[in-house]
Amino acid sequence: MALVLTEEQSMLRDSARGLISDKAPVSHLRHLRDSKDPTGFSKELWQSFAEMGFAGLLVPEEFGGSGLGFMEAGVVMEEIGRTLMPSPFLATSVIAASALNRGGNAAQKSEYLPKIASGSLLATLAIDEGAKHRPLQTSLQAVRAGNGFKLSGAKALVVDGHVADLFIVAARTAGAAGEREGLTLFLVNPAAKGVAIERTIMVDAHNAARIDFANVEVTADSVLGEVDQGAALLDGVLDIGRGAVAAEMVGLSDEVFGRTVEYLKNRKQFGKLIGEFQALQHRAAQLYVDIEITRAATMKALQALDADVAKAASAVAVAKARAGTTATRAVQEGVQMHGGMGMTDQFDIGFFMKRARVCEELFGDANYHTEQLARARGY
Amino acid sequence: MTDSKTSDTETADLETFRNETRAWLEANCPPEMRKPATSDADVFWGGRNAKFSSEPQRVWFERMRDKGWTVPDWPKEYGGGGLSAAEHKVLRAEMGRIGARPPLSSFGIWMLGPALLKYGNDAQKKEHLPKIAAGEIRWCQGYSEPNAGSDLASLQTRAESDGDDFVITGSKIWTSYANYADWIFCLVRTDPAAKKHDGISFILFDMTSKGVSTKPILLISGYSPFCETFFDGVRVPKSHVVGTVNRGWDVAKYLLQHERAMISGMGERGVGRPLGQIAADSVGSDALGRLDDSMLRGQIASFDVDEAALAACAERAVDLAKAGQAHPAFSSAMKYYGTELNKRRYEILMSAGGVDALEWESERSKQGARPRAWLRTKANSIEGGTSEVMLGIVAKRILDLPGA
Ligand SMILES: Cc1cc2nc3c(=O)[nH]c(=O)nc-3n(C[C@H](O)[C@H](O)[C@H](O)COP(=O)(O)OP(=O)(O)OC[C@H]3O[C@@H](n4cnc5c(N)ncnc54)[C@H](O)[C@@H]3O)c2cc1C
Ligand SMILES: Cc1cc2nc3c(=O)[nH]c(=O)nc-3n(C[C@H](O)[C@H](O)[C@H](O)COP(=O)(O)OP(=O)(O)OC[C@H]3O[C@@H](n4cnc5c(N)ncnc54)[C@H](O)[C@@H]3O)c2cc1C
Repeated sequence: MALVLTEEQSMLRDSARGLISDKAPVSHLRHLRDSKDPTGFSKELWQSFAEMGFAGLLVPEEFGGSGLGFMEAGVVMEEIGRTLMPSPFLATSVIAASALNRGGNAAQKSEYLPKIASGSLLATLAIDEGAKHRPLQTSLQAVRAGNGFKLSGAKALVVDGHVADLFIVAARTAGAAGEREGLTLFLVNPAAKGVAIERTIMVDAHNAARIDFANVEVTADSVLGEVDQGAALLDGVLDIGRGAVAAEMVGLSDEVFGRTVEYLKNRKQFGKLIGEFQALQHRAAQLYVDIEITRAATMKALQALDADVAKAASAVAVAKARAGTTATRAVQEGVQMHGGMGMTDQFDIGFFMKRARVCEELFGDANYHTEQLARARGY
Repeated sequence: MTDSKTSDTETADLETFRNETRAWLEANCPPEMRKPATSDADVFWGGRNAKFSSEPQRVWFERMRDKGWTVPDWPKEYGGGGLSAAEHKVLRAEMGRIGARPPLSSFGIWMLGPALLKYGNDAQKKEHLPKIAAGEIRWCQGYSEPNAGSDLASLQTRAESDGDDFVITGSKIWTSYANYADWIFCLVRTDPAAKKHDGISFILFDMTSKGVSTKPILLISGYSPFCETFFDGVRVPKSHVVGTVNRGWDVAKYLLQHERAMISGMGERGVGRPLGQIAADSVGSDALGRLDDSMLRGQIASFDVDEAALAACAERAVDLAKAGQAHPAFSSAMKYYGTELNKRRYEILMSAGGVDALEWESERSKQGARPRAWLRTKANSIEGGTSEVMLGIVAKRILDLPGA
């Protein structure tokens, strides 16, 4: 498949860009941050997202969605990355929708997917427990109790955790931390007894929460996929999330880059535009090359996910690792080339640096994915 | 290190000095002052409105001040310790050995003092140096302007002659701590007709003078350590010019070399514990005790290599200066490397901290201490001259490259 957007995908990009740049420029995020908005995103905008078919972009048509693929999800994520718009799109429409669609039984799908598509249900995956993303280290315990299970443990960096209507919780039903066997995904109602949610205000002013589970009772119906066999489902869902975050980082990098090049064309020192200095020209050119390579790797990963999620792991590792290093470099160059201006809160560039740092940590940083690639290749 | 000229008695004297210093520090440096400050509020900056953040901080400052060791190598008559370069090196090493933090941080010590010692007249030295040494007056640096950053010499703040005074009008930007400072050392244009480097004067004045105002600028770290500074017809006696009128660029550049040396020290400024141990807290270790993230382990190890090597180079730079063999522009090389290294340190700390290092406001994260410190380091390669300007200076002054 050609690594270029189709006509439909280009139209999707244009409509996403139109809406996002109009309704959610960086000042939107700034306003949510400064007003300490309790929701952390705009519900009104989320409704517009739903009306335009974005909320249910990955939801099959039979459940009221658009039935589009990961390339299309990536197109929307890239636009989100350009303005750093806080949106439930990643957690709900990409990750949770994929988890339900891939792992859910008929009842689960028909209960939740239409609500995701209509924008009326927010959902999120609760996976990380320690400081770093290590899915197999999951140790939140789920022990059988009567007809169901009891969940005990804690999760961190749960995106949209304080506003979600549904948690998809990775838990251990057997085996020890580090093992693939014995992982199970559960659908948990955030209002269930024993769930304690702490919203964590993050460096990037996007939503996240820490969640404690103290003997939270769930029924057997709450299992998503198969008991003890959740690792494969989780792998796929995480790879989908990683591909989406990589696309967000491409958008973010490209936007920072564009703004920086613009500055090089406008700021004067020594009677010249600073863009005339070759020291900066070469670094801008290098960054361009870096971003283009990462963009291609990300498209490749999204296509691989569309072809077969189970076989996309290496392409996704390449994309997420590249996206991490590229975005890190883009924001560093962005700040540096803006001089003192780049260090001020009043100027937008710092928001990109902060978001890039969180994206880098989300679902595995560049080190993690480089290591995964090495292991996949047997060294 | 013994150089050929050092006689045996000098070596013996130095050993005596080392032993005495070690014993004195052991007895006088409070345990709380034997680790790095954890935040700016924990640093003592002195000044008219200075407050100590803790009793140990006060005790440590006062004891060091009384020995003249806030400025160990300044002459005693100006409140310094009168130490030789060799003794100063010993004191630094002994303070480093126990992790003692500087008792007083100050732009007066790092920047203005050295410039006054070289270019100031007697009256200026007597007036200002002792107050710097004693932490009585806090200074800020009025160099940069909105359109004169890297191209500092194009600054436009005007100083017009009026009898015995200059009347100063214009504005500065990025003036660190201008809102807390008592006095400013400032670059002003005294001859608008001259070539840009030739019409600048270096002048000192009180920040409470009529016509001075400041407006804090918020940094991406969420703190406001610097300001826009405005001068609206500020009247300053001509006697406050340091050096010769219209020759301020020489003073300015000399001062920058000292600023630079101070900033490059960041590359050596650890955070109290080895990075590898900090990382192990969050990523764990394997059965052999190795950090359980081989990529991060490699990054930390190569950082450690570079940090140790930079420390050696910093020590050598001091020794070369003492031996009269230093290149005057070498501080630019050090500034470049030290600040880039410090930025790397904090990238690694963010990576090591993972999710925990992303929290911005919680008690648990000490109000986001780590991400805020990380963001602050991004200015290291901008403040005091950008990395690009530093490399330009190396290319021009050390390498003598054509056109540089
Ligand atoms: C935290 C902080 C504290 C500061 N404190 C003070 C202070 O107390 N007092 C004070 O006077 N100033 C202070 N400064 C200002 C600092 O010295 C300037 O920001 C710095 O000199 C750069 O100037 P600028 O911001 O105008 O950037 P610009 O000069 O506009 O630079 C923009 C970019 O262009 C690059 N560039 C410019 N010229 C060239 C060239 N010839 N070749 C290649 N690249 C080039 C720069 O390196 C930079 O990447 C502070 C700055 C910061 C960030
Ligand atoms: C915060 C700060 C700290 C400084 N510290 C020192 C110091 O310690 N020692 C010192 O000697 N100087 C120092 N400087 C001054 C610095 O060296 C000069 O700003 C810089 O080298 C430019 O020199 P100039 O001001 O004489 O400009 P000019 O010589 O008038 O302008 C020419 C300069 O512009 C730049 N330039 C012009 N054309 C090009 C081009 N085509 N490609 C790349 N660059 C080009 C070069 O840097 C060149 O030096 C400092 C400046 C700042 C802002």
